[in-house]
Amino acid sequence: MTNNPNTTVEMAEAKLESPTLIRMKLMWRSFKENWKIFSQSKIGMIGLYIVIIFAVAGFIVYPILAATVWKTTSLNAMVSYNPVTGYDFLQNNPAPPSWAHLLGTDPLGRDILAQLLYSTPREFMLGIVAALITVIIGTLIGTVAAYFGGALDTFFMRVADIVLLFPFIPFLIVISGMMQVDLLTLALIIGLLSGFGGITIVLRSQALIVKSRPFIESAKISGASDSYIIVNHIIPNVMPLSFLYMMFNVTGAIFSEAVLSFFGLLNIKMSWGLMIYTADTAGYIIGSNIWNYWWLWLPAGASITLLCGAFYFIGRGLDEVVNPRLRKR
Amino acid sequence: MLKYIGNRILQIAILLVIYVAIVFFLLHAMPGGIKTLLISNPKLTPQAQEAIIRAFGLNQPLWLQFVDYMKNVFTLNLGISFSYYPTPVWNIIAERLPRTVLLFTVATLIAFFVGFASGKSLAWNRGKTTEYISTIVGIITYTIFTPLLIFVMIWFFGSFLGIFPLNQFLNPDLWIHTRLNAQVIFLYILLTMLIIGMVMLVSYLVALRFSHKVRTRRLIFYLSTIIAVVFSVFFWWVSPVGIYAADILWHMVLPVMTVTIISYAGNMLVMRDSMLETIKEDFITTARAKGLPDKVVRDKHAARTAMLPVVTNFVLSLGFVVSGGVITESLFSWPGMGMTLLDSTLAKDYPLAAGALIFTGIFVLFAHLAIDIIYAFLDPRIRY
Repeated sequence: MTNNPNTTVEMAEAKLESPTLIRMKLMWRSFKENWKIFSQSKIGMIGLYIVIIFAVAGFIVYPILAATVWKTTSLNAMVSYNPVTGYDFLQNNPAPPSWAHLLGTDPLGRDILAQLLYSTPREFMLGIVAALITVIIGTLIGTVAAYFGGALDTFFMRVADIVLLFPFIPFLIVISGMMQVDLLTLALIIGLLSGFGGITIVLRSQALIVKSRPFIESAKISGASDSYIIVNHIIPNVMPLSFLYMMFNVTGAIFSEAVLSFFGLLNIKMSWGLMIYTADTAGYIIGSNIWNYWWLWLPAGASITLLCGAFYFIGRGLDEVVNPRLRKR
Repeated sequence: MLKYIGNRILQIAILLVIYVAIVFFLLHAMPGGIKTLLISNPKLTPQAQEAIIRAFGLNQPLWLQFVDYMKNVFTLNLGISFSYYPTPVWNIIAERLPRTVLLFTVATLIAFFVGFASGKSLAWNRGKTTEYISTIVGIITYTIFTPLLIFVMIWFFGSFLGIFPLNQFLNPDLWIHTRLNAQVIFLYILLTMLIIGMVMLVSYLVALRFSHKVRTRRLIFYLSTIIAVVFSVFFWWVSPVGIYAADILWHMVLPVMTVTIISYAGNMLVMRDSMLETIKEDFITTARAKGLPDKVVRDKHAARTAMLPVVTNFVLSLGFVVSGGVITESLFSWPGMGMTLLDSTLAKDYPLAAGALIFTGIFVLFAHLAIDIIYAFLDPRIRY
């Protein structure tokens, strides 16, 4: 009986849900609310559908097809044929779409559809890796600069100014002309370069707003360290904005990769830009000729445009979630 | 104001030094940099390699090389191009910079005004079908893969309609009979544009000083602009080189159109968003309640306030536009800085590539400076 208060507290605590569960529930609720806002924006939903279609095509459909239809088959006793790399001797290449090759073949006898699907996961990885690096750097620098202020802040803002002024694609062209750049290196370079750029300015201003809120003050009074406040209080509050900018950065990264491989500057096996490069250097995209060989450049070009556009659309849809001022009145 | 401009010039100068430093370290400190390239020929004996390294000063410490490089860049001594062998890099750049400047000044100005005007009317006509259609068209042109757009443009205008020349920046058949340098014509065209711009600015300032009536101000402004344009057109018409200038301008139409299509949408979308926010403000309601005509409320009250974010966006997108210039220029065979950069990179012509990169950066920096100054005029809140 003497221990009664304690046991009641324990019993009450047992009845309560654990903090992690509550946190999960809160997150689920806010996710549902934000999803409701997001799903109201038509443009965002269109973008999401396109991204899902590409993801399914690249990550699920391609492995299945590669294991069944697009296996390396032997055309006769001597020659074997691989839709992504090999040469189809049974016809003149480039061949227009047919049942054997749904989107035709390119000048090197490779199946266009197989190339498209083969490149899709790589484009996704590139875009997402580059954007993740950008967002992680941008968020860290933005919040740290906003929280500490002073010389650190000034320094990183000036760095951001320089990066904003940078002629980005010429710079990438010179770099990729000088060293052998593969997809991962490119993602790293793009991520690092744009991580110090405009995104830090935006996230810093958002972090400044968060910093002036009362709960930061109370966290300081209860003895939280600087790093604890930044990680647990400021970063979660600028997270939606970083996520929004991540979408725009995916667009930028995919576009840059497409441009560089369109000029044939990247050390990669296959990508959408490279497909157009192959058709262009082989002389199939000249003047009035282009519609006679549309399957050489239109599918790849349309894929780049659609995927870039889709991430941009998602960004604009998220914009309405993050910035309540943009919502329909 | 003067102090602000001076401040900005100082900042730009510092940025320029940092930018050149980055380019230098890119060239010298990276694997596969200039040192590796020079000695990579396997036929060279070790003594010859040693001699090359000493001749180019590559055995000195990095910071000494850097000081030398800086000195050379600011005295415009950028070395000799590998691919155009005895020609110094600076001569090539001096030849090609005006072409890029002309193309992009014209295109960005048009894109800015088209984006501004269309964004304005989009926000004003919110909810109508035209708004949806033009927003969708704008987003498509904004996100389209640039080479794709250029292929279609070349096919449609150059081949299908056949009204615009397909590539190059002049018609060789016309120029073969003259000893004239295209360079001179480019500089004269730029000069004409500058004069017209100055006349517009001066007449605007004069009108502001002389009259308080909007109508008189507008009359002075438009009259002097028209006079300047008519006078310069007449001058070109009379002069013997007019036909060559017309030839260059004729070849410029398609690239300018393409750059405009690519970059107007960014301005349009920003203008639309900013205008939508401005329309909600109280002073717009007041202006409407006063019984002002719709057009006046839109142009005088809403659009002017909404303009600033567009100018900011314009500043931020400039680097992007010049970057896109590499694609536009190389696909239209417009031999400007972008094409030079790409070609020299592909040919491993490092001095020329570095020079092109530096001057592309300088072009962007100066454009920023110009826009900063315009911005300071536009936004009375900026007073440093």
